[in-house]
Amino acid sequence: MPRIEVDANRCKACYLCVSVCPKKCLGKSKTISKKGYFPAVQERPQDCIGCKMCYVMCPDVAITVLKD
Amino acid sequence: MQNDVIAPENLVYAKPKLMNDTPMHYCAGCSHGVVHKLVAEVIEEMGMADKAIGVSPVGCAVFAYRYLDIDWQEAAHGRAPAVATGIKRCWPDRLVFTYQGDGDLAAIGTAETLHMLNRGENIPIIFINNAIYGMTGGQMAPTTLIGQKTTTCPYGRDPKLNGYPLKITEMAAMLNGTCFVSRQSVENVASIRKAKRAIRKAFQSAMDGKGSSLVEIVSTCSSGWKLSPVKANEWLEEHMLEFYQKGDLKDTTGY
Repeated sequence: MPRIEVDANRCKACYLCVSVCPKKCLGKSKTISKKGYFPAVQERPQDCIGCKMCYVMCPDVAITVLKD
Repeated sequence: MQNDVIAPENLVYAKPKLMNDTPMHYCAGCSHGVVHKLVAEVIEEMGMADKAIGVSPVGCAVFAYRYLDIDWQEAAHGRAPAVATGIKRCWPDRLVFTYQGDGDLAAIGTAETLHMLNRGENIPIIFINNAIYGMTGGQMAPTTLIGQKTTTCPYGRDPKLNGYPLKITEMAAMLNGTCFVSRQSVENVASIRKAKRAIRKAFQSAMDGKGSSLVEIVSTCSSGWKLSPVKANEWLEEHMLEFYQKGDLKDTTGY
């Protein structure tokens, strides 16, 4: 099943990935990162289809797309 | 970062190898990050990592050398095409490209840019147009749209006082030295993929000695425009693309 990982050290919480996800499975983190942002997280990993659109859109290259 | 434990067969898509681990200094949602990623991917696909030399501008992208593991040369404000000409003439087998913003390319560097393009120097230019001087705090640039509010034209750009926005890409398409002139944008996934194809074509035409090329990328500056990153992308789609129309303005490469 595909899923994504967000590097909290790179993410600047622009949430462009949240806006482009076709399955709306991304959201905002409840915890603050070291840099003081609330990074994007995958709220519903079971809905992820591995389309890579979040990776393409991410300006900070913080997203890694994986399949298990 | 948990990437160390991921088995290679499970990895579908990750940061390009040419990009290092330094977090970028750009504001949240800045288009520069996307274009850096595209440049890294294209150079990696072409297998030119050892032979690529970038010339970075003065502006937000001045620190591009910190993020991409290729050779870089920093140029004086607007003089990146002139510096790139020197490098390319010394090393014709290298992939020499310049990466410039609109304050750098369209204002102070207009002469260098147009003459380099006209000479047909086998150098691709990546031109980031966000209609504003982003680094210095959002002042009016030559590319600012009519009616657009900036810190130096708080009532909107008035053509009687400030003149009209400069379409450098259209000017470049008129020159004989250019082989590929294109305007792309990075506001959604489809546009980003098209922009990558345009960058690839520009880099390939430079290596095949077909002439100079210019890829304008209409970008956002969410801090300068005082909008959220998502709203800035919507604003770009609504206002910028109406004036700066996308497409290949000139293509004699034959690919």
